[in-house]
Amino acid sequence: MNSPFSLPEASTHAVTVDRIFYLLLVLSGATVVLVFGLILLFAVRYRRGSSAKRGPMPEFLRREFEIGWTLATLLSFVFLFWWAGSADLSSLAAPAGSLEIHVVAKQWMWKTQHPSGAREINALHVPLGQPVHLLMSSQDVIHSFFVPAFRVKQDVVPGRETDIWFQASKLGVFPLLCAEYCGTDHSVMRGKITVMRPEDYARWLVQQPEGDDLAHEGAKLFVSQGCSGCHAGSSNVHAPRLAGIYGRMVQLSDGRTVKADDGYIRDSILQPKRDVVAGYDAIMPSFKGLLDDGELQSLTAYIRSLAEEGSHD
Amino acid sequence: MTDALLAGDLPLPPRPDYLRHGSTIASWLTTTDHKRIAILYAITITFFFFLGGAAVTAVRLELFEPNGWLLTSDTYNKLFSFHGIIMVWFFLVPSIPNTLGNFLLPLMIGAPDVAFPRLNLFSWYLTIAAGAFTVYALLAGGVDTGWTFYTPYSSMFSNSHVFAAAAGVFVVGFASIATGVNFIATTHMLRAPGMTWFRLPLFVWAIYATSLIMVLATPVLAISLLLVIAERVLGLPIFDPARGGDPILFQHLFWFYSHPAVYIMVLPAMGVVSEVIPCFARRRIFGYDFMVYAMLAIAGIGFFVWGHHMFVSGQSALASLVFSFLSFIIAVPSAIKVFNWTASLFRGQISFESPMLYSLGFVGLFTTGGLSGLFLASIPVDVHVTDTYFVVAHFHYIMVGGSVSAFFAGLHFWWPKVTGKLYPESWAKFAAILMYAGFNMTFLPQFFAGYLGMPRRYHTYPAEFQIYNVMSSAGAGVLAVAYLLPLGYLTWSLFYGGRAGNNPWAATGLEWTTTSPPPPKNFDRQPRVDRGPYEYHAEGMSAGTDAPEVQNARDIR
Repeated sequence: MNSPFSLPEASTHAVTVDRIFYLLLVLSGATVVLVFGLILLFAVRYRRGSSAKRGPMPEFLRREFEIGWTLATLLSFVFLFWWAGSADLSSLAAPAGSLEIHVVAKQWMWKTQHPSGAREINALHVPLGQPVHLLMSSQDVIHSFFVPAFRVKQDVVPGRETDIWFQASKLGVFPLLCAEYCGTDHSVMRGKITVMRPEDYARWLVQQPEGDDLAHEGAKLFVSQGCSGCHAGSSNVHAPRLAGIYGRMVQLSDGRTVKADDGYIRDSILQPKRDVVAGYDAIMPSFKGLLDDGELQSLTAYIRSLAEEGSHD
Repeated sequence: MTDALLAGDLPLPPRPDYLRHGSTIASWLTTTDHKRIAILYAITITFFFFLGGAAVTAVRLELFEPNGWLLTSDTYNKLFSFHGIIMVWFFLVPSIPNTLGNFLLPLMIGAPDVAFPRLNLFSWYLTIAAGAFTVYALLAGGVDTGWTFYTPYSSMFSNSHVFAAAAGVFVVGFASIATGVNFIATTHMLRAPGMTWFRLPLFVWAIYATSLIMVLATPVLAISLLLVIAERVLGLPIFDPARGGDPILFQHLFWFYSHPAVYIMVLPAMGVVSEVIPCFARRRIFGYDFMVYAMLAIAGIGFFVWGHHMFVSGQSALASLVFSFLSFIIAVPSAIKVFNWTASLFRGQISFESPMLYSLGFVGLFTTGGLSGLFLASIPVDVHVTDTYFVVAHFHYIMVGGSVSAFFAGLHFWWPKVTGKLYPESWAKFAAILMYAGFNMTFLPQFFAGYLGMPRRYHTYPAEFQIYNVMSSAGAGVLAVAYLLPLGYLTWSLFYGGRAGNNPWAATGLEWTTTSPPPPKNFDRQPRVDRGPYEYHAEGMSAGTDAPEVQNARDIR
């Protein structure tokens, strides 16, 4: 059992959040002391029949006074917004070179998969001090990936991929909770995040049962689902080659340019008519309903691996 | 001729007040008198309040143990959903506007009734019909979506009575809209001669601002629930991502209503407190016009902050920043109001009857709740505490601590006017203090539990949170007693209470110039208004320095 009175700051992000939290706590505390103090003071001093001075109101309690405290409140709130907002912006994107882990949520469990292909259920092992980037999707309803010790939370939504990243800064086992109500067993949709030293993590990873990594699974799907029939180099159907495409800017037939990232690849598989690449006909069929979220992640990983191979050339 | 004769009191034929104007059941069920409709609403929402309270009693009992001991998960989920749906739409939204607002709005502006008396009655029948749907949903087996009806859970996955519950909320929305339209028209059309906009009591301004929100926001709720029903019953893909829908769309629609709905629940409370505090402090309200502008600003900006419910939903970072900024901005007018209430006590002649105790309780709880709102407007902190008990504590401080305290303040303040009876003051003071204590005992621990990471809507929870849940559940017991006490002594006062005079608090305001209880058409003579709403003393002065006996004198006006 964890301590009921304190929450560890187990990620770099947790320190930032707590700093804002404590500043807000101090400001709120000061306001509470001011307001409650004045109410108590007035309640005692100006109780009915007390001998305190009444008579004409003092000069300074005029309109300017009211405008003054309105402006003071406004300015302090704008400052709070700026401070909290800039902390949010600086933690938006995962740093390059993060460890990418795929998460699939379903009623009522968390499935995680490491880049090596190792899988876990309701558990996740991560190395200390290395940014970890989670790419998440849901197979049914909305869930929310919540690790209180890391101060991170992100809804996991069906039909799209959401992401979140953190860098663990403390060794230990921390609770993973589902924070978005998802039905009967919502409250038991919990897991454990284990933070290990990088060398322990590497050792742990090796001990996991052999599993194909995502890209290899994707490569099999690429053939079995018929993608290779058009997109392979030997095909005589006029379809874009995929090697090296990941991460590049792509010119679309309607003049727009988009970046070929995870979201774009996912959309292109599910809704191929939406963003057609310039120079090609919109002949690709949709794979909506034919692939589940895990398979989509595998295919995306395969296409990404093609990019990496391309860069080695 | 004597003064009384000149004033026209003696020659009038005796006429019964509105309560004794007709005594059959039919005379109540077909009444178009806004005061009787207010009573019908009061009985209805009292029933729903204790129904919603019973549901949450089971929830709090269950949470004594981390792994449950009384309920199954499904029952637990249905009980908290029922609690939310009933308390939001069948108690809080209609509470002050439809009871006190209905009763007082025409009296305060010197009108014989609301603008559309029959629409007023119709809106009560709509509430009853909607309540029947919702209670049916409970009896048929319950609904387990939470009061938020999030898709795709509600539209595709829940195996409970979503249709009946959503239909109930859909219908009660029309009652809300009808009431809003009625109050807006009444305020515009039926003000007595001399009752200019800036002589309106702040309670009228509050009801007016609330009505604007009801009329503008409620249709969006109706649409979003209709779409849930369309997907669930007709299989029309709206939110299902596998068929081109978007589950997040529902959240935008839902919160576009449900955030302004928070202000539907709290603006009338601000109105009540703005009447009570000047009366018991014997002071003009500080900064009347700022209070008016603050309420209108809250009503307006309230429409543009809904996205702060969705910082972790996957909405764009830019949208989150804009919503965060506006959420900080809307805290400004709320802060102004707290400062003005406090300043209104300065150099007063303050006495502490039960309405004043409830009102000061409101200011304390609203301030606490409002400050916790700043945490939720800050994106990084919100990401950590959203969907935890921190949020549960925050909105209960505003909507239960704040609004319900103010409802009880108003109930006690105007009880002599509504019923013509006096209640036992010591009991009322005791209940007011007990309510403040019980409320903090229940909800203060939830801030801690939430910050430490206890998610909301958890049937079972990690053992480290047990201490907070036990404190909360014990506090809820105290709070329950505090809510039951007024039911007892107010009912007692109906039969055994002393007769109330026309103006037992020596308050300003037109409603105190008529008899207690008022006649069916409110005023025997058309009131004329030649002064502002809170003239407890001359402009630029503070409270008078008469001896307390004179200050306490009943019926001085």
